[in-house]
Amino acid sequence: MDCYTANWNPLGDSAFYRKYELYSMDWDLKEDLRDCLVAAAPYGGPIALLRNPWRKEKAASVRPVLEIYSASGMPLATLMWKSGPVVSLGWSAEEELLCVQEDGVVLVYGLHGDFRRHFSMGNEVLQNRVLDARIFHTEFGSGVAILTGAHRFTLSANVSDLKLRRMPEVPGLQGAPSCWTTLCRDRVAHILLAVGPDLYLLDHAACSPVTLPGLAAGVSSFLQMAVSFTSRHLAVFTDTGYIWMGTASFKEKLCEFNCNIRAPPKQMVWCSRPRSKERAVVVAWERRLMVVGDAPESIQYKQLTIQVLLDRLVLRRLYPLAIQICEYLRLPEVQGVSRILAHWACYKVQQKDVSDEDVARAINQKLGDTPGVSYSDIAARAYGCGRTELAIKLLEYEPRSGEQVPLLLKMKRSKLALSKAIESGDTDLGEQGLVFTVLLHLKNELNRGDFFMTLRNQPMALSLYRQFCKHQELETLKDLYNQDDNHQELGSFHIRASYTTEEHVEGRVAALQKAAEAFNKAKNDFAAKATEDQMRLLRLQRCLEDELGGRFLDLSVHDTVTTLILGGQNKRAEQVARDFRIPDKRLWWLKLTALADLEDWEELEKFSKSKKSPIGYLPFVEICMKQHNKYEAKKYASRVGPEQKVKALLLVGDVAQAADVAIEHRNEAEMSLVLSHCTGATDGVTADKIQRARAQAQKK
Amino acid sequence: MAAHLSYGRVNLNVLREAVRRELREFLDKCAGSKAIVWDEYLTGPFGLIAQYSLLKEHEVEKMFTLKGSRLPAADVKNIIFFVRPRLELMDIIAENVLSEDRRGPARDFHILFVPRRSLLCEQRLKDLGVLGSFIHREEYSLDLIPFDGDLLSMESEGAFKECYLESDQTSLYHAAKGLMTLQALYGTIPQIFGKGECARQVANMMIRMKREFTGSQNSIFPVFDNLLLLDRNVDLLTPLATQLTYEGLIDEIYGIQNSFVKLPPEKFASKKQGDSGKDLPTEAKKLQLNSAEELYAEIRDKNFNAVGSVLSKKAKVISAAFEERHNAKTVGEIKQFVSQLPHMQAARGSLANHTSIAELIKDVTTSEDFFDKLTVEQEFMSGIDTDKVNSYIEDCIAQKHPLIKVLRLVCLQSVCNSGLKQKVLDYYKREILQTYGFEHILTLHNLEKAGLLKPQTGGRNNYPTIRKTLRLWMDDVNEQNPTDISYVYSGYAPLSVRLAQLLSRPGWRSIEEVLRILPGPHFEERQPLPTGLQKKRQPGENRITLIFFLGGVTFAEIAALRFLSQLEDGGTEYVVATTKLMNGASWIESLMEKPF
Repeated sequence: MDCYTANWNPLGDSAFYRKYELYSMDWDLKEDLRDCLVAAAPYGGPIALLRNPWRKEKAASVRPVLEIYSASGMPLATLMWKSGPVVSLGWSAEEELLCVQEDGVVLVYGLHGDFRRHFSMGNEVLQNRVLDARIFHTEFGSGVAILTGAHRFTLSANVSDLKLRRMPEVPGLQGAPSCWTTLCRDRVAHILLAVGPDLYLLDHAACSPVTLPGLAAGVSSFLQMAVSFTSRHLAVFTDTGYIWMGTASFKEKLCEFNCNIRAPPKQMVWCSRPRSKERAVVVAWERRLMVVGDAPESIQYKQLTIQVLLDRLVLRRLYPLAIQICEYLRLPEVQGVSRILAHWACYKVQQKDVSDEDVARAINQKLGDTPGVSYSDIAARAYGCGRTELAIKLLEYEPRSGEQVPLLLKMKRSKLALSKAIESGDTDLGEQGLVFTVLLHLKNELNRGDFFMTLRNQPMALSLYRQFCKHQELETLKDLYNQDDNHQELGSFHIRASYTTEEHVEGRVAALQKAAEAFNKAKNDFAAKATEDQMRLLRLQRCLEDELGGRFLDLSVHDTVTTLILGGQNKRAEQVARDFRIPDKRLWWLKLTALADLEDWEELEKFSKSKKSPIGYLPFVEICMKQHNKYEAKKYASRVGPEQKVKALLLVGDVAQAADVAIEHRNEAEMSLVLSHCTGATDGVTADKIQRARAQAQKK
Repeated sequence: MAAHLSYGRVNLNVLREAVRRELREFLDKCAGSKAIVWDEYLTGPFGLIAQYSLLKEHEVEKMFTLKGSRLPAADVKNIIFFVRPRLELMDIIAENVLSEDRRGPARDFHILFVPRRSLLCEQRLKDLGVLGSFIHREEYSLDLIPFDGDLLSMESEGAFKECYLESDQTSLYHAAKGLMTLQALYGTIPQIFGKGECARQVANMMIRMKREFTGSQNSIFPVFDNLLLLDRNVDLLTPLATQLTYEGLIDEIYGIQNSFVKLPPEKFASKKQGDSGKDLPTEAKKLQLNSAEELYAEIRDKNFNAVGSVLSKKAKVISAAFEERHNAKTVGEIKQFVSQLPHMQAARGSLANHTSIAELIKDVTTSEDFFDKLTVEQEFMSGIDTDKVNSYIEDCIAQKHPLIKVLRLVCLQSVCNSGLKQKVLDYYKREILQTYGFEHILTLHNLEKAGLLKPQTGGRNNYPTIRKTLRLWMDDVNEQNPTDISYVYSGYAPLSVRLAQLLSRPGWRSIEEVLRILPGPHFEERQPLPTGLQKKRQPGENRITLIFFLGGVTFAEIAALRFLSQLEDGGTEYVVATTKLMNGASWIESLMEKPF
């Protein structure tokens, strides 16, 4: 037993620990790590070192050097740092190295020191500089938080879907907080910071003070804080040499410890072994390391999934091994082999000594139509390496036209992009609407003439652009119609203008004049004539308004005449009706309706006798009854022709006479109609009469 | 929850669940309490897939209608705008956001665009200085919404106009996407048939999309046997005619919106004794109409003239059932009676509602004007006097009847005559402009562009050939116990449905000549299936055809298809999909243009 326990040392009363070397680091470091910015990726990932990061303090000739090592210290990359001063380094969950510069720009590098992209933490930072920065991990991905010279925080919870959140001001914060950390609560990233004896929790909406349960008295400042990897636990170190450990919800204290060291620690982190229930905080000073443990509690670690493992192999360019693993595990192609092959292809396009043709052929031979392979991603990588021709060759293998378009645009092959976009059929006027996106590109890229010519060869794109112009650029719409000799649409365009853009009658008439000309060119005689009539009407209405007052503009011809009659201007009404050649029948309906509205029964009667009514006299009966004037209605009922007589008599309530007429007509339908009106007690006689007549008719 | 979606051969609840899941995922992205600000147009369609209870489960505490100035006060962490991508709505949103910013504690703003994000809209928000205020800007592609066990609609009001007037194929793209979603859930549809230019486009897009998704092979056993894509402009006639089924008439007279109808309240006053006529309700009675209601499912597709007898029979059955209580002697019998009570009471309520609706409709259908209009329609459809000015239409114009009614009749006449003689056409147009105003010249142009109104070219009227070959007019129609689809229009058999019927038996080869007269190509495509997924039909098992109307469908056409599905020896059952549920009036209205 001795050999097992020999190197174990007691830790407290009930625990033991031992120290042994798993492997030795391969690297050959000359400098002290303290002079470098150091970042180690989670899960035994790579380690990044930036030597001489504080350039300004040293001679300008000494450039910082960025070195990347594997976890065991194998060198992966070395590069001269040519950008601005770096405040902080950190690895994302995808093993991308994030370098936060003082000016707020974040540079992103791959595992092999390959530059990927950059983004900025906001304009505000430019003036105020970044004082401090943290790279943190949440369930959504990896985020960056910065503290600016103006003592404001900005964070992005996920660097692959960049959304900057500027945190509100902390009341009374004059200098930098004594310590701070990011903290994920309710799936939202927060910032916890210490100012003197106070703790504040910041989210993008508010700054709220926080108290820790059971915190010992006498604290005047917090020197360090640490949040566990799962964001569930929090530890703080105070100026009294006291450590508080509890839940990150601030609801519970797990343990406390007084170490009697008042010097600010260099580092404090949570640690624990997978599947272990014990957790501890490790506090480091210059020459001292302390482990503070707490009561057991169950926690679970997310295991490294197979996908992540494969990603790591791919990042290390161990493609054959990754493929073997996929095959062994029988992973579906999309998640497995084809994904690895796609990565291989992305690496392949970077081999500059091989010709475009050979690379494209090699990739297509190996990948073929493997499901789940995105040729456009590979092409994008080729373009990223400056190989535009190769990219275009690779895009030809891409079956999804939607995927071809963005890259073609980026490579300034807009016309090719347009025909690919049209193939996709995606014509939404939307951000993801491909054709439209390309159109806007082309519009900016080409001069107007070329742009229109391009559209002309693509009818679908043209109609889409017209839609856009209808909403945004009416004048361009006109130019488009002009260019296409589309006189019919041009006419409609001017008519619309006569209602919307022109206010004064002269302007409106002028617009209509243009419309009429366009319709003439379109050989649309009807529209041209109707438009001319409308010009005449507008001018007339203008005169009527001046002369008689009231509102005439934009009434129809019909309503203009009606308004004149209602205003007692019968002669003018006649004149307009003649000028615009209102058909007789409609004019009779018009007058009838207007006079009945006026309840001018005398004039109505006069009108009815002016000549034989082209609409008969039943409408007169109906309209009088509608105005509840039975007396007048009866006058006209007698003049109704035989075909509608029964109906008219029933309308005025003369059931008996209606019955007589119906019997006289020997019309079965009329008789049933009268019968259905025989409701009152007095109609009994009439009903009998009809029944008798019917019986008689049947005998014959 | 939505049991009526799973009654049919195809369980459309699967689709509903899929879109609900997507909605839940979005809501969960905005952690904390929320208020939703609704583009009013969207509340109807969303109501069909997610009730308030679902939203509430995801911490939606308040709901507002999108309107100008400030938002009503709400103590929530997130404010989410659910909007269509329309520029005018962006202005309102900006106003809301800016006044909220001044109000104090910052909120999280989000936008959910339905069905898609739009560059133009986001640019507008940027110009107004509020784009940065939004944390999540996402899209929710609600392409096909399940309305009933056999009915899906995109509820895209502008689809017909966009496709046929503006050559804008966006809604076709969404239709194709919707069909891809359906195939992802219900398996690849092995055969695609189509007629019309748009149908061809949609089929092309589907084939292309399928090729693009080769990676994710569909291993679902196909539910649908066929897909039939039909352009609305292949059959411009049917929607113009007045629908005569019960549901069709409710829609014609009151308008059904997202399966709800608003009715005049007087007929629905509670008939309690004592308070007769005291407090007549003033707010419209809102009823949901779908096959979840047993009685409605039975009568919706009947000719209205056959509804009365069903209602009175039902009344007898229900009162007999209530009488049963006198026969219930033993405790067990009473218990059984009581257990049936809720069902009986629901049936009685449903009967009362539909009796009232039927009375309301009867008031309209027995009016003289309705009769006159129907007579003219039927004359046109059977080919009588379609080539001269119609005096009823003239009188309607002279009396300034609603313009939509006039346009619908003129268009019907034009379609039934393969276009009007130039003189007749010009006369109608001139009368309309003089009476209703010159501005309607834009509307007339639209109708002409859509082919609804046109001069006869070549002096040839093709309609009689089409009518006779497809047997569109049936003189011996039986409204009570129909034997043919023509019962839905009391004589006229909808052309679109006849095409579907003939496709299923004996096949389109028999009507090649007519298909050539009708606009657009007709085609057939096969989508190969892996051998494991090929269907072996049981003897007597019906095929399932998904029929997609591009540009809208009427309730009467749906009724006719349901009639075919129920035929014992029909051999085909139909599931209907469309860009929009519509009728002649809403259709014409969508084509009208009012410049001021």
